[in-house]
Amino acid sequence: MSIEWPLWEVFIRGQHGLNHRHVGSLHAPDAEMAVNNARDVYTRRNEGVSIWVVRSSDITASAPSEKGPLFEPSNSKVYRHPTFFDVPDEVGHM
Amino acid sequence: MSAAQQTGAAESAALFEFLLRMGDNALILGHRVSEWCGHSPALEEDIALSNTALDLIGQTQLWLALAGEVEGRGRSADDLAYLRDGLDFRNVLLVERPNGDFGKTLMRQFLFDAWHYLLLKALKGSSDRRIAEIAEKASKEVAYHLDRSRDLVIRLGDGTAESHRRMQDALDDLWPYTGELFMGDASDTAIAADGAAPEPASLKASWDELVAEALTEATLKAPADGYMQKGGKRGVHTEHLGFILSDLQFLQRAYPGGTW
Repeated sequence: MSIEWPLWEVFIRGQHGLNHRHVGSLHAPDAEMAVNNARDVYTRRNEGVSIWVVRSSDITASAPSEKGPLFEPSNSKVYRHPTFFDVPDEVGHM
Repeated sequence: MSAAQQTGAAESAALFEFLLRMGDNALILGHRVSEWCGHSPALEEDIALSNTALDLIGQTQLWLALAGEVEGRGRSADDLAYLRDGLDFRNVLLVERPNGDFGKTLMRQFLFDAWHYLLLKALKGSSDRRIAEIAEKASKEVAYHLDRSRDLVIRLGDGTAESHRRMQDALDDLWPYTGELFMGDASDTAIAADGAAPEPASLKASWDELVAEALTEATLKAPADGYMQKGGKRGVHTEHLGFILSDLQFLQRAYPGGTW
């Protein structure tokens, strides 16, 4: 039966977190039931205060084969990382 | 025994009876629903049903713990759940009905949830603070149970020809077991007089409305209110309860006091 149901990606906002985070996926016939199922499958241990679901097929993903052109150029640009600042002692641990 | 003491004893006996009914309904339905664990048609439904079962078992602990306290003979919730015989169980017959197919389980759940939801809503205003507190906690869980079972009854009733037929069969089969939810007896009247719980019959109109609305949307037709099965509330059960208890109580009966 679940084979006929589309796949949904589930995002949950944790108790203290600011952003919805991807927690996994599940099957459901429509959005309303996907939210219900997400509640039952992914919030059994008090993990969340808000749920988003989105059809997996509606997600546009980058192609793994383009990994090189997409991500490698940023490898050699260390100056983009804010590691060259002297942090004053008073700031303490960051 | 003085007259006042006698009244007090009668009152706590009625209260004990009421609490057993609440606890036993939750315990037996929780057990029935837990029988689906690992067998549901989809993983998501399997987890959802297990959650419902666990909610009900949790509520059982609260009701039966309070029952033991009111009885005052030192019996714990576990003692009451595991060491009573069938004749001492006070659940309505509806919750001991066999699971049947998935449609039947869902229909039983919906008919019970609608009643449970209305009752707990009323119990939040109970004159007994302990009852009101349990109702407060349980009603949040049960609101979700009702949401879910109602939704699925509508989807399946208004689904394919096959799912519609199964839901209508389930409704026809279970309907004669719904009347008992609203039948009162002397102990119900005593409890209601104290304001501890509503008269069972007082929930009927709201239940009819809630159920009729969902069934209409589900394109299902409720049978006319004919002969209604009864007995569970006073300990007269169908043969199904015996099988449930032999599963449920086996360990404590075979190994008294065993823990793990």
